[in-house]
This record gives sequence, structure tokens and C-alpha cells, in this order.
Amino acid sequence: MTSVMAPALTMSRRRIGLGWRIVGLLVLWVALWWWLGGQFVLESGVPAAAQDWLQATVSAIGDGRLTNPLFIYVFTPITSALNGVYNGGVWLTQQLGWTGMTGIGAALALMVAGWRMAVLTALGMLSFGVLGLWEQSMQTLVLVAISVALSVLIGIPVGIACGLSNRFRRLLMPILDTLQIMPSFAYLPIITLFFLIGPPAGILATLVYAIPPTIRLTDVGIREVAASSVEASRSLGATVRQVLTDVQLPMSRRTRVVGINQTVMAALSMVTVAAVIATPGLGQAVLGSLQILDVGGAFNSGLAIVVVAIVLDRVISAASRRAGAHRRTGRLRLTVWGSAAALVVLGAALPAVLPSTAKWNSAWVHPISGPVNVGAVWAKEHLYPYTMSFTEWVTIWFINPLESLLLNTPWFVIVAVVAALALIVGHWKPAIVAASCLIGCALLGLWPSSMVTLTQVIFAATITMILGLVVGTWIGRSRWADRVLRPILDAGQVLPPFVYLVPCLALFGPTRFTAIFAAVVYASPAAIKIVGEGIATVAPNTIEAARSMGSSTLQEIGKVQLPMARPIILVALNQGIIYVMAMVVIGGLVGGGGLGYDVVKGFANESYAGTGLAAGFAIVLLGVMLDRVSQSAGRVRRTSSHAV
Amino acid sequence: MSTSGLITPAAASGSSSPSPAVSVRGLWKVFGPKASSIVGSADEELSPAELKDKTGCVAAVRDVSFDVAPGEVFVVMGLSGSGKSTLVRCITRLIEPTAGDILIEGDSLIAADDKQLRELRRHRFSMVFQHFGLLPHRRVAENVAYGLEIRGDDKASRQARAQEVIELVGLTGFENSFPDQLSGGMQQRVGLARALAGDPDIMFFDEPFSALDPLIRRDMQDEVMRLHNEVGKTMIFITHDLSEALRLGDRIAIMQNGRIVQVGRPDELVGAPADEYVADFTRDIPRSHVLTMRWIMRPPRPGEALDGPELSPDLIIRDSIHAISQASAPARIVSEGQLLGLVDRDDLLVLIAGKPNA
Repeated sequence: MTSVMAPALTMSRRRIGLGWRIVGLLVLWVALWWWLGGQFVLESGVPAAAQDWLQATVSAIGDGRLTNPLFIYVFTPITSALNGVYNGGVWLTQQLGWTGMTGIGAALALMVAGWRMAVLTALGMLSFGVLGLWEQSMQTLVLVAISVALSVLIGIPVGIACGLSNRFRRLLMPILDTLQIMPSFAYLPIITLFFLIGPPAGILATLVYAIPPTIRLTDVGIREVAASSVEASRSLGATVRQVLTDVQLPMSRRTRVVGINQTVMAALSMVTVAAVIATPGLGQAVLGSLQILDVGGAFNSGLAIVVVAIVLDRVISAASRRAGAHRRTGRLRLTVWGSAAALVVLGAALPAVLPSTAKWNSAWVHPISGPVNVGAVWAKEHLYPYTMSFTEWVTIWFINPLESLLLNTPWFVIVAVVAALALIVGHWKPAIVAASCLIGCALLGLWPSSMVTLTQVIFAATITMILGLVVGTWIGRSRWADRVLRPILDAGQVLPPFVYLVPCLALFGPTRFTAIFAAVVYASPAAIKIVGEGIATVAPNTIEAARSMGSSTLQEIGKVQLPMARPIILVALNQGIIYVMAMVVIGGLVGGGGLGYDVVKGFANESYAGTGLAAGFAIVLLGVMLDRVSQSAGRVRRTSSHAV
Repeated sequence: MSTSGLITPAAASGSSSPSPAVSVRGLWKVFGPKASSIVGSADEELSPAELKDKTGCVAAVRDVSFDVAPGEVFVVMGLSGSGKSTLVRCITRLIEPTAGDILIEGDSLIAADDKQLRELRRHRFSMVFQHFGLLPHRRVAENVAYGLEIRGDDKASRQARAQEVIELVGLTGFENSFPDQLSGGMQQRVGLARALAGDPDIMFFDEPFSALDPLIRRDMQDEVMRLHNEVGKTMIFITHDLSEALRLGDRIAIMQNGRIVQVGRPDELVGAPADEYVADFTRDIPRSHVLTMRWIMRPPRPGEALDGPELSPDLIIRDSIHAISQASAPARIVSEGQLLGLVDRDDLLVLIAGKPNA
């Protein structure tokens, strides 16, 4: 008996040990803060060398724009080409007018996704006119279309190469991993350095942000193809190319479509965020309103983005569900082709027949800004006292103390604490990476901004995880809760992060709390869904066994479901932190301060360009640090549980 | 190899003819680092566990040699992990062997370059797989014609040929179905038709019926035997199911740990197992269903009546019961006019019931 019990005892002793070690580390940290607080603290811009050098580099690159061959033969032609494509696209939408575009949109939706989606698309298009944002919506759609087309054109061949060659895959995957954990803001300073601000830079940033899913899922699709089919094809004497075109590509079509779907949604979210580098469209409209604190205007443009997101998401998912089915029934039916053609012709010809429809009539414009502003005024009078005092309470009791702890502790103590934390939950490799990343932030002269951002990430991630665990457990256990909450969570994941800033700003004004709140709202759906999945997949017979021994509901959750779902919960933590980080940085636009604010300041004022670029790098470093620390916990845990 | 003495030429199936359809010579497949250095070194005699410990390598196929005569059904049987699937993939070079040679109708497969190998696969041999390996996005007829398509046959001729083979395997009426609309047995008929379509001389079967339920499996075995009688292909058949091996095989090779431990006709494996392993395997097989008169006949005892019915030495015991039990005298086993021995009722009962004192 004893020999059977022994491993269990040492296991639980070790688990307690881990918790106590973390607590001990935190106590030690606070003690050091008490003792050394305020000393060895890095000011903003100290050391200055890195930022000065970056500023000089930015100027040098700017000066070389007309003389450097790299610009003359590479960057500038790319910029002009993209500008040309963008302007051409916008010109086309203008020529087609709102009737033509609505007709084409509905016809496309009809062909790929059926009648209901065609109606939804037409209504969505018309709503742009009603909101008074027709032009901006078309700009956004043109940008998304160009970015997605480029992503597919580049991503699919690259994905195929990954799927066929292990060596190429090993080379590319770390790059894709890093791209995917980067907050979108991190790319922008570097891209504008070479492509200036405007649509081309916006398209390229979107391309970089949106291409990973297409590459990844093209690769996964090819690798998932049943080995037996590939082998059978080879045994019949097929060449490598024949295996690819006859077996691997057709059999991985569905997965590839899923990848393109994700690319489209990512492109929409990035195109709107790229407004901060003067990319036109709906994001610009939101940003303009945010900057003058016009809540109604921001709501109006935010709603248009929501409409674009919902229409794209619905149409594309309906299309991919039908992707497999079409092959079966043969070609598209003649009636569908006919109806689609009729819709296009109708849209194009309507202005000729009815001249009054040539332009969107201003009498049809009914933006929601007015009513929202009335509501906002009411909210200011009646809700602000509550939300403001809540904001203040959270700020005084939580945000300020945490921020002051991070800002006033000697910088090397923080580096040591983070490294020690990574060492405790993981092992030495992530500890070294994390420490190096933080030292990098210090060397860039952005220590205070990094700590402000880190404060918000820690706070928002904690709340996100609490929400994730509580709500996730709930939807994992209750079919009813799952059915009610899941559509809301799905919708939440579809919306671009930019949209979340609007209501948060309306409720809480421009504060650090707003950025944190928006981050929690943005990150929670992902965390909740992952935890829910983890809880739901715990084997029912284990739960039944626990219940048969007389476990209470709380014991069932605490002793069976959560421990068994731990690997997946750690994935949720990792994802939650990445989402939170992305949003906290964008929150720099609404009073969050920190690195996000530094980046935006770099775009706005040329003399801060070096700081902005440095902030972009610091975001990358912070992102990598958070990812490695949170991920290593999951890895080590899993391997140790295997060993036992 | 210690079993070489037991390999008896299968006179009945004519494997003594001068040029074998498939000839496997000293074939090795070693997985792991520096695999090729193992073959020919002292390490090749190590047991699997010792080899893994010492070199980190796994020898899936060890020094396998055999000949298959044209028109013969040759079965390789072994448990999972015995190396039989790797063996058949090496013989078709879907996996590159580490050492050894394979002759297909006298041509070395190892010496073939990529192009020649493709030509051989397109015209000379084909394979049927355990998990079918059908293309889900193509209809049955397009799946069957796939091999013809990749070798560049024109559309009309491959459609005609596909239709022919579809009729042959009994899939008429399902030409326009998709694979996932068919049952497992029907899907494997598509796999069979696809392998037949190119009119190869040799067909390889890698556990083709393991994924099917028992009744369908029996149907498909009958189907393969019928096809073998109709089209007369040389067949190399991999299975883990001994009863399947005994049903189909003219000769059977038993594999264990990558080696062939015995090759012989079904009655040779059951009647004279080469070692404990083969004996263990065949223990549950009803001997009367496999062994022939040759295995139980004995010399006449003095004074025994020699006017019993005349039987062939290759008659299976089960099929002799009626004749022997009806007769008043022991049956005479006669081959080419010569009396080889006698079998009476007691001899049968001893065999069926097992030896009384054993």
C-alpha cells in the first residue's frame, strides 16, 4: 500500500511547493521594493543611445528615399504599384456606384453562399449608405480585397512548399509563430519606415498580419491528407507533381478554405487598426471620432465595421460549408448563374433607368451619431458618477499600486523576478529569453512605458483568466449556458479590436482603466471558449466515478475537471495574454499610455519617430517574453505528468 | 537461414518453372541513424532489443529472400510489428530498402531510376491497400481510371477499360457514386478495380480485408480467388489472419521480427511447423481442414485388406471422411498407380480427436 501511496504524496508536496515558491518570490519582490524602492529606476529615454541611433537611422532612411537604389528599385515601385491598385479599386467602386456595387456584392454572395446570404449582403451594403459611410466602407473593402488577394497569392504557394518540405517548414514556422503573437501595432513603425504612411503601408501591414493562417492551414491541409491515398497514388506510378495536383491539393481544399477565412477576418481587423498610419476607410472614421471624443460618430463608424465583419464572416462560413457539397451536385445551377448575372446587370443599369438612383440620396442618410450622442449625454449625467467612481476605485486600489510596484522597483530586480518566475514554472531556457527581452526594453530607453504596458497586461490578463475559468467552467458544464453564450462569444471573436474601444471610451472616458477594460472584453471570449472546451472534454466516466464517490459539485470542478483540463487551461492563459497584449497596446489611443502611445506619437511627430520605432521593438520583446513565460508553464507541466 | 531446408517447391502450383515473377534477394530494411552500416556488420545478428539499445536502429525486414512463380498466390503472414507491411512496401519501393535486390520478371527494381520505377508501377505491378487509399473527390469510375489517367491513356480508352474492370469486380451501377457513399467492402472493390485497371502482371495486397467485418471479408476473399482464376495474375498477399492465409495461399511465408521463419504450402506449415512460434500459430487450426492424406497414411499392416477405395495423397482429410467411413476396408492412397499407404477410420479419429495419450 505504502509504495502505491508514495508517488501521490510526493506529487502533491511538489505542487504545494510550486505555489509557495511563487508566493515567496512575490514577497521577496515586495520586500526589495520596500527597501530599494525609488533607487536604480530608469527614466524615460534612458539610456538614450538606442533611440538616438534609431532617430538618426530614420532620418538617414528618409534622406535616402530619392537616392538609395533599394528605394528607387524596390520600395518606391512597390509603394506606387500598391497605390495604383488601391486607387484603381476605389475608382472602380465609384464608377459602379452604390447600385452596381450592391448588385455585385449580392451576386457574389448568391453564387458562393446562397440566397439568404445574398440578401444579408445587400442589406449590409445598403446600411453603409444609411450610416453615411459609403465611401469609407468601399475603401475598407478595397483594402481588404487587395490584402486578401496578395495573402492568397503568396500564402498558398508558400504553404504548399511547407507542406511538401520538412526543411522549409522548420525554417518558416518559428517566423510564423512570432508573427502571430505580435500585437498588430508592432509592425507599423517598421513598415512605415520603408513605405511611408498611407494605403500601401496599410496593405503591407495587413498582408503580414493576415497571411499566417493561409500558409499554416495550406500546410496542415497537405499534411493531413490520408497517407494511404498518397501512397496509393505513388504505387500507381504518379509523379510528385501528379500526387500534388490529383491528391494533396483537392483533398486539402476544405482546410485551405478555412485558412483563407481566417485571413479575411484578420485582414479586416488590421485594415481598421492601420488607420493610425493614415490608411483610409472605416478605421479612419473611428479614429477621427475617437480623437475628438465624439462618441456618437465613433459608434456610427464602429457599427459599419461590425456590419462588414458580420457579413464577411457569415458569407464566408456559409461558402466554406458549401465548398465540399458543390463538387457533388456538379456545376452551379443555371438559375443561380442567371440570377447572379441579373443582379449585376440590374445594379449597373438602374441609374440609367432611374436617374434619381445614380447618387445615394442624402435624404436616405440616417447616421446613429445623433441618438447615440443623446444617449451619451444621458450616460454622462446618470452613469458617469457610478462608472467614474468605479474606475477611480479600481485605479487607486489596483492599477496604481501595481504600476508603482513595477515602476519603482530597481529595473534589474524586475528582470530577476521575471526570470525566476519563468524558472519556477518552466525551466531555464524561457527564463533566459524572458530576462533578455526585458533587458532589451531597458536598453531601448523605454523602461517606464514598458512597465506601464506590463501593468495593464498583468491586470487585464488576471481578470480575463478569472472570467475565463468561471464562465468557461460554466459553459463546459452546462449545455444550456453553452447554447446561450456561445453565439455571443463567437460574435465577439469576429469583431476587430478597434470596435471595442468605442463603447469602453463612452463608459469610462480616456483612462488606463479603459484600455484594460477593452482588453478584458476583447480577450475573454477566446479564454472562455478554450477553458469551456477543456472542461467539456474531460472524460464523462471520470466525472461519473467522482460523483459515485459522493463528490459535491465544487469538489467535482476543483478536484476533477480543472486539474484534468489544466493543459488546455494553460493554453487559454497563453492565448488570453496574447489577446490582452494586442488590445492594451491599441488602448494607448484612448488614454492607456505606455508603448502603444509611444508608437502613435512616433507616427504623429517626426521628431519622435525613433521613439516610435523603439516602442515597436519593445512591444515585440514584451510579447515574446509574455508568450514564452506563459507557454513554458504548459510545456513543462505536460511533460512532467507524462513522466509520472 | 535455418529454415531453408524446409522450403519445398510447390509442385502443384508450378513454382519450379525457370523464371520467377518476383524474386526477392537478401532484402533488408533498417530504420534509424546510419541504417546502411548495420547490414553486413556483426550487429545484424543482434536481437531487436539489443540492436535498438546499441545503435538506436530498428530492423523491420531482415535478410528476406523468396521467389514467387508466375500465377502463384504467395501469402506473407505475421502479427503486427513483424515487418510484413514494410516488406511489401520495400518490394514495391514505396519504402527504399536498405540492402538487397528485387527482381520483377527478371528486371532489377533497385537498379531502376525514378522514371523506370514509375513505368514499372504504371504497367507491370499494382497494389491494393488496407485503408483503400481512394480519392474522395473523384467518382468510382474516375478512381478506377486514375492509374490509366496518370500514365497518359486517352480518355475514351480509359473510360472503356474502367467500365470493363468495374463489371469484373461487380461494381456495375455504382460508377457515379463517390467513395464515401459506399460500404467498406464496396470501397475495397474500387481499390481492387483500380489495381486491375492497368492490367499488371503482378498484384500486391497489403492486408486488404483487415478493415472489413468478417462476413464481407469472406466474400472478398472469394472474390479475389475468383479473379485469380479468371485473370491469372501473380499475387503477393499480406495478412495477419492465418485462416485467410490458408484459404488463399498456394504458399505461405511466416514472418517474425522481420525474418521469414518458414515458407511452405498450408499443409506443410500445419503438419511440420519449423519451430515453436509457427506451431503456436497453427495450433488452433483444425488439422483435418488443412492436412492431406499424405500426412496420415501409414504402411499396410500384415493381413490388412487391400480392397478399400482408392484416394489421392493430396486429398484433404476433411473431404475423405465420407469415403473412408463408408468403406469396409482401409482406403488405399495411390499416386500414379503406385500404392503409397493406407488410411482407416481409426487413423482419422486419432487425427481429429488428437492423440489419446498426448
